[in-house]
Amino acid sequence: MGKLLELVIAASLVNNFVFTRYLGLCIFFGVSKKMDTAIGMSVTFISVMVISSSMSWVAYHFVMEPYHLEFLKILVFIVVIAGFVQAADTMMRKVAPGLYYKLGIYLALITTNCIILAVPLINADSGYSFMESIVFGLGSGLGFALALIIMASIREKLEVADVPKPFRGLPIAFVLTGLIALAFIGFSGLITL
Amino acid sequence: MSTAGKTSYVGLLKNGIFGENPVFRIALSLCPSVAVTNTLKGGLLMGIGVLCVQTLANVSVSIVRNFVHQRIRLPAYILIIGMWVTAINLLLEAYAYSLYKQIGLYLQLIVAFAIILSRAELFASKNKVMPSLFDGLGMGMGFLLALLTISFFRELLGSGSLFGYSIVQTKPVLLFVLPAGGFFAVGLLMGFFNWIDMRFFGGHGASGASH
Repeated sequence: MGKLLELVIAASLVNNFVFTRYLGLCIFFGVSKKMDTAIGMSVTFISVMVISSSMSWVAYHFVMEPYHLEFLKILVFIVVIAGFVQAADTMMRKVAPGLYYKLGIYLALITTNCIILAVPLINADSGYSFMESIVFGLGSGLGFALALIIMASIREKLEVADVPKPFRGLPIAFVLTGLIALAFIGFSGLITL
Repeated sequence: MSTAGKTSYVGLLKNGIFGENPVFRIALSLCPSVAVTNTLKGGLLMGIGVLCVQTLANVSVSIVRNFVHQRIRLPAYILIIGMWVTAINLLLEAYAYSLYKQIGLYLQLIVAFAIILSRAELFASKNKVMPSLFDGLGMGMGFLLALLTISFFRELLGSGSLFGYSIVQTKPVLLFVLPAGGFFAVGLLMGFFNWIDMRFFGGHGASGASH
């Protein structure tokens, strides 16, 4: 149990995907403009992450390893995740249409999002067990949600700030992310796995 | 933007490198521009990987464009890209193993790059093989150049060296090899290119403004 808790903290804070592994930046900059979209995205992201990491674990250990197909892992993981996201997309359209219209395009983008694909790849490379894979997915999702929400709260203030013209939009967002990443260096060494 | 059906091949190359530079102008596929650019070697390998995948994917998508049904075209393109990414990864793992160890994860994630799929969808699926080839080359080279620019500054400032050979003897600014430094470097360079564009070419500083 202790090991699993450590894994959550390590994946969400110490090795935060956005600030130390630099993944998922497109979505990170895309949906962090408003708080409510950021929160909706975070919820979607965490659930997709947990479910897709468990599904790809099953695919990896029960299909690919017995038949020595590890070299196909990129293709297989993409198909597994894309199929699942498509199902989630259809369900969300029925259950929560309001949220769907806000996040529709990003939900479609989730399929080929780097973090979503990176989690199963890392799971496979580090040989995590089933529970560890799920927990790692959960931790990564939480870390991404944390990053999104921090960024969204800053960017809402940024809307009224007087930014030099060449820096409006993405450049200033990058510099901001750099500052947050500096703060996240403080977490390094908290846990060494 | 990519209705350039009749423009010359050189024009297509130029478009990829300057007009629609994937990193600085359209601001797609930002992850690797921060992730692997703390050394020039990493930036170079990543750039070459993307160049190969983009070109090969563009060509193959263009070849099959008339046989793939509209409905399933995106999954089909993703599988084509995934195939080339796997091939390039196996190749690099065999010939540049030590470097592959460091940035292998990012090389595998080329498959998820928005830029490659968007070029396949916007350009290669509507154009013949040769223009698609050059569009892929141009985009790939634009990407490579952007990565080289960023990693040049980061390695020079962060560790005082280029390609691992030390150049400057003064104490380096450690910040630039850290994760945070990558964000600063990309942000500042983007702002700088916007400034040049506005100052000398009368642009609107559009880089990524839509995001």
